[in-house]
Amino acid sequence: MAFYATCDAPVDNAGFLYKKGGRHAAYHRRWFVLRGNMLFYFEDVASREPVGVIILEGCTVELVEAAEEFTFAVRFAEARARTYVLAAESQAAMEGWVKALSRASFDYLRLVVRELEQQLAAMRAGGCPPPPRRPRALLPKENGCAVWSAEPPAASTGTSTGARSGPERPPLPPRRRASAPNGPLDSASFLQLHEWYGQEVRALRSQWLRSRAQP
Amino acid sequence: MRYNEKELQALSRQPAELAAELGMRGPKKGSVVKRRLVKLVVNFLFYFRTDEAEPVGALLLEHCRVAQEEPSGFSISFIEDPERKYHFECYSEEQCQEWMGALRRASYEFMRRSLIFYRNEIQKMTGKDPLEQFGISEEARFQLSGVKA
Repeated sequence: MAFYATCDAPVDNAGFLYKKGGRHAAYHRRWFVLRGNMLFYFEDVASREPVGVIILEGCTVELVEAAEEFTFAVRFAEARARTYVLAAESQAAMEGWVKALSRASFDYLRLVVRELEQQLAAMRAGGCPPPPRRPRALLPKENGCAVWSAEPPAASTGTSTGARSGPERPPLPPRRRASAPNGPLDSASFLQLHEWYGQEVRALRSQWLRSRAQP
Repeated sequence: MRYNEKELQALSRQPAELAAELGMRGPKKGSVVKRRLVKLVVNFLFYFRTDEAEPVGALLLEHCRVAQEEPSGFSISFIEDPERKYHFECYSEEQCQEWMGALRRASYEFMRRSLIFYRNEIQKMTGKDPLEQFGISEEARFQLSGVKA
C-alpha cells in the first residue's frame, strides 16, 4: 500500500488539512493526498512515507459543528470504526474535500461505470440488428479497458472482437494503441461477471439511492 | 503506516466479487503453500485461514501485475517491486483465468480508465456528456487529461 501512496498514479485531491487526534485531542496539520479510494496523510508535503491512510469505502462525509472552522467528518457505517474529524483552511477547500471524498469510493465509481456501460450498450443496440452468435477472440485492452466493437452487443457489453461487421457502420478511425500492463480480457467469463456485477450494482444502487434520500 | 483497521475488517465481510479456497504462497523465500479463503472485495484481495472470520491479510490491488504461473496458477506482484510475488494455485485453468481477469479489472485505476473511455464514447455518439446527470462532469479525476499515455 505504501507504493500506491507515492507512485505516479493520478492524484484526485491534495492539500493541508487539520486532523483531530482523538476525541479530546488537538488538531495536527497534515498533508493529505487522495488517490482513488485511499486518503493518505503525510507529516509534510515532502515526506516520503505516509503517517497513515484512511480507506474510503462505506463512509459518509458530513459537515460538523465544531469550534474549529471548516470542519467535516468522515464517518463509517461500521459501528466500531473511528470517525475522522478534519478541518480545512478555507470554505472553498472544505467544500472541495467534502465533494471529492464523498465520491471517492470504489463502489461509487463502479456504479457510474456500469451505468455508462449500459447506456452505451443501449445506444448501440437501438436500431441495429443483433450480430450472429460466434466465439469472441481475446484482444488486448486499450488504455486499460476493453476495446469497443462496432457491433451492437447482444447479451454482453464491454468485450470486443475488433472485426467491423455490419455494413451500416462506417469503420471507426484507428485507435491509439497504448501499452497496457495487464493482459487480454477473458471474454468467456465476462458474461458471467457482467451478470454478477449487474445484480450487485442493482442492489448497491438502491442502497445508494436510499442513503442519498436520507438527510 | 496507520490505517482504519475496523473499516478494513468490515470491508472483508462485504459480499465479494469472487471468493474461493486457493493455495497461497507468500513472497518470502522458502514459504510454503497454504490453503486460504481468498476474497475479492472492491480493490482489495483479502485472505483468511479457512476457519477464521478475520482476514490474515489483504493486498491492495493498485499498480500491480497479475501473471500466469504454470500449471494453473497466477501471481500478484507490485510494479515497484516485481520480484516480490504472491502465488496462488487454482484447481483448474478455467478458474485461474476467471481470477486473473477479475483481479486485473479490480483496480480503481482500471475503473477510472473505463469510465473515461465510456464517457468519451457516449459523448462522441450523442454530443452530450453522460456525467452531467450525476453532477460530476467537472471532477478532476474523470477528465481525459488525467489518463496517462
